[in-house]
Amino acid sequence: MNPSVDALRTTFGDAIGRAEAARDGETIAFVRPDRLTDVMRWLRDTPGQAYDYLVDVTAVEYRDRERALEVVYFLRSLERHADLRVKVELDPRGELAVDSVTPLWAGANWLEREVYDMFGVTFRGHPDLRRILMWETYAEGYPLRKDFPLRGRFSRAEQVRQALNANPEAHYSLEELSIAEAFDEVPAEMRERLRRGERGKLPFDE
Amino acid sequence: MSKRTVELELATPGLDARGQPARVPLVARGLEPGNEPDLGGEHLLINLGPQHPATHGVLRLVVELDGEMVVRVIPHVGYLHSGFEKLGEYRHYNQIIPLTDRTDYLSPMANNVGLALAAEQLMGIEITPRCQVLRVIACEMSRIISHMVWLGTTSIDLGAFTPFLWAFQERERIYDLQEMWTGARLTTSVTRVGGLMADVPDAFVPGLRHFTNTFPNTLAEIDRVLTRNAVWAGRTQGIGVMTKAEAITYSLSGPMLRASGVPYDVRKDKPYLGYETYDFEVPIGEHGDVYDRYLLRLEECHQSNRILRQALDRLPDGPINVDDPRVILPSKSRAMSDMEAMIFHFKQVMEGVKAPVGEAYVGIENPKGELGNYLVSDGTAKPVRWRIRPPSFINLSALPKMAEGHLLSDLIAINASVDIVMGEVDR
Repeated sequence: MNPSVDALRTTFGDAIGRAEAARDGETIAFVRPDRLTDVMRWLRDTPGQAYDYLVDVTAVEYRDRERALEVVYFLRSLERHADLRVKVELDPRGELAVDSVTPLWAGANWLEREVYDMFGVTFRGHPDLRRILMWETYAEGYPLRKDFPLRGRFSRAEQVRQALNANPEAHYSLEELSIAEAFDEVPAEMRERLRRGERGKLPFDE
Repeated sequence: MSKRTVELELATPGLDARGQPARVPLVARGLEPGNEPDLGGEHLLINLGPQHPATHGVLRLVVELDGEMVVRVIPHVGYLHSGFEKLGEYRHYNQIIPLTDRTDYLSPMANNVGLALAAEQLMGIEITPRCQVLRVIACEMSRIISHMVWLGTTSIDLGAFTPFLWAFQERERIYDLQEMWTGARLTTSVTRVGGLMADVPDAFVPGLRHFTNTFPNTLAEIDRVLTRNAVWAGRTQGIGVMTKAEAITYSLSGPMLRASGVPYDVRKDKPYLGYETYDFEVPIGEHGDVYDRYLLRLEECHQSNRILRQALDRLPDGPINVDDPRVILPSKSRAMSDMEAMIFHFKQVMEGVKAPVGEAYVGIENPKGELGNYLVSDGTAKPVRWRIRPPSFINLSALPKMAEGHLLSDLIAINASVDIVMGEVDR
């Protein structure tokens, strides 16, 4: 068991939940979601800990629907050659939201965007939380959630129809159009739709 | 940035001061100095890709330009998204291996090794000594071909065509060896959980030995034509600099991290496959610019060659697969003649290999950086979650930071220096 867990317990008390050993020998520390940034900042900045490198951020949803959805942070101390895995448990039926660690590690930017894109977890305080692998108007949901069917929610015909009807302008974000000063030139109706962040509709929403 | 005007002393119209023809019309007609429109405030939006040879795949960059200077880069990725991680949740561990070929398709063998190591860690399997050495050979061969593709395409991006041909010729020789071993050049699927798909054929070892003896000549030629080339140095030195602290906070890995002076290599710092017993060095950069990344990858090829030689020297005899009928398929002849072997064959094919409850993350030093495979199991034969830590995705996320303030042409050099492969970025 990684000694950092004991140090965490001394400093943060009941904000640190259980700790487990993974099958690769690393330690997993469970942290209460509301204290995540404090814990991470402490782990990064405390001299004896010095977890200065964020290896990866991802999420795990279990096939057992009762189990919490986990957001997993892989930390590494480059000088001490030590690894620590920090997990945050979120109730999949509640609001899936946790504070962003992008202010601590710039590399978390895209990794958190991917977790948002694939699992629908919102990262509070993220500077640019947009979909990253799927396109911005993708409306079928979050692909890596267990309730998402392997072939997607829409039928193949619907997917083709949406692809053929897509606006070429919608390939640019509002921000990008404003760089080109093209924003004032697009039709007012389209501008309105882009401003709303036009998304398709799920069949069962109607 | 203010407009840049070029001033030349014209002796006679159309000739410059040295009497050479001036090729560029310096001032357009009707736009004499003082009469030209003011372009200072307007920024230009340029869309680069997704179909553009210099973006190394289907990467799309929306670039904001002030004159020729990059103000902001907004990358768009996902055009090659195939949902590998989702597919993996519906497959047995051995069935995931073909998917790993298609992530970083410039180093398929190393990806196969990464997944097999993670699955073995999860199941607690110890592989055989011969398998270990063969996997080291697979990883280092991958490093060489990946770096050769990188070198070739980057030199083309910067206008040097010859090194491209040399580099791809070397890559072809490794591909021949891969084909000899696995039957495929690109989609190798060489590993299995607990071993390998096949042992190397007899001609492989002499073939690879011949390669390791002749490959340094090509590296020396590339070194001679590029390293002290004024154009190459001018286009790469001081471009796309990442400091040590920036490289760490952006979670860069592999050559990108080491070029910035951070001495972290998974093979040295968290050894796997017995890398601690090989004698090799990890090159470290000083300036963190494109030129350092080039020098570093060139040196890594030398070191990989060294490791390959040592691996060939020590390649032990013995089985390539662990002796465990629950994870390794029996031979075809035994499955057809021996009842017990047939039952094991049936159970493996129909039910798959069950992994115990738990999770495992194994990072390996891929050519692009640290490739992580994170497997979570709930005790069934299919993982609950298979996560690839994609090194080129994370390295690419620093592109906007690196390109800011450089010229558009430097953006091409910087993007090339990241060494991305879109199959892995988008997965």
